Amino acid sequence: MRSASFIWNVCKSSFTFGLIGLTVSDRFASVVPVRGLSMAPTFNPPNNSSSFGLFTDDHVLVEKRCLTDYKFSHGDVVVFCSPRNYKERQIKRITGMPGDWISVPFSYDAVKIPEGHCWVEGDNPTDSLDSRSFGPIPLGLIRGRVTHILWPPQRVQKIDKKLPRSGLSF
Amino acid sequence: MSLFQQWAFIVKEALDKSFLVAKFFCSVHVANTYLCSTALVQGPSMLPTFSLTNELVLLERISTRNGKAGTGDVVILQSPENPRKFVTKRIIGMEGDKITYIVDPKNSDSTETVIVPKGHVWVQGDNIYNSYDSWNFGPVPYGLLQGKVFWRIWPTSAFGSIGRRPETVDPALKVLEQANQS
Repeated sequence: MRSASFIWNVCKSSFTFGLIGLTVSDRFASVVPVRGLSMAPTFNPPNNSSSFGLFTDDHVLVEKRCLTDYKFSHGDVVVFCSPRNYKERQIKRITGMPGDWISVPFSYDAVKIPEGHCWVEGDNPTDSLDSRSFGPIPLGLIRGRVTHILWPPQRVQKIDKKLPRSGLSF
Repeated sequence: MSLFQQWAFIVKEALDKSFLVAKFFCSVHVANTYLCSTALVQGPSMLPTFSLTNELVLLERISTRNGKAGTGDVVILQSPENPRKFVTKRIIGMEGDKITYIVDPKNSDSTETVIVPKGHVWVQGDNIYNSYDSWNFGPVPYGLLQGKVFWRIWPTSAFGSIGRRPETVDPALKVLEQANQS
């Protein structure tokens, strides 16, 4: 009898904890691991990339308050839902906002970003699947903005808005 | 001492109550974003299905989250051109489908055929003469879908489930439907 009520209490409190955690991670902020090398100088720098794993990957803080008004600016690092596969999340840097002209690499074309879209690119141009392959993405796919690196401990820092080295937008 | 105890009791009571309220709001939020929620539909773009005036509908979030929303479902999605705006449309084609649509329904009946790219869906309003849909902004990524509309609450005279597209009477549309089905 005692153990049954104990289990019931544990279930109840873990359920409550889950509800609150889910709400906080949806509304305010959450922590996500970064996989892959597409943002290499900023996340997962090459020197410790020899072994991938849960503990060597960078973990970043993603804030969700920006989703109430969708105000982003050039250089923001954002998490978004991949337009090719809705279950996949990607982290990239915004390099173009609506109205900008972007010159597409490897072709002498310039595209104008349509209303409500943005151009995202990885910081590591050699190893990144981004707007250069799938074009501008709707702002509605964005799921949050990366503000800090939280893990590993020696790399805790704020992410600054950095414009890409090769300034393609003008 | 008794004053302190009284205060401690009041503070404890207040904390308990506010925790209860927070728990309530958390459950509402989780139910709204993961199970089902309500939406107000208005405008001419879905005309035979939804009337011009406000209608209150239920939308469920499970099928869009699991990728189960398919051709013929009425969905609410974030407009690709303005992320703060939500629109109600019907899914006409999933990824890989061949879609035939009328380029300018008001003036001519010349058609065009496209293939929906990977991870995208083709959405259209039921009233193609007055609808701003994939015809204008192209196929939309699946990630923009917010939920599938499945039940109408208000007005009460039309209370009930919302199904597939009704049989069309417009001859031009009938030709299109046959082209899309084949």
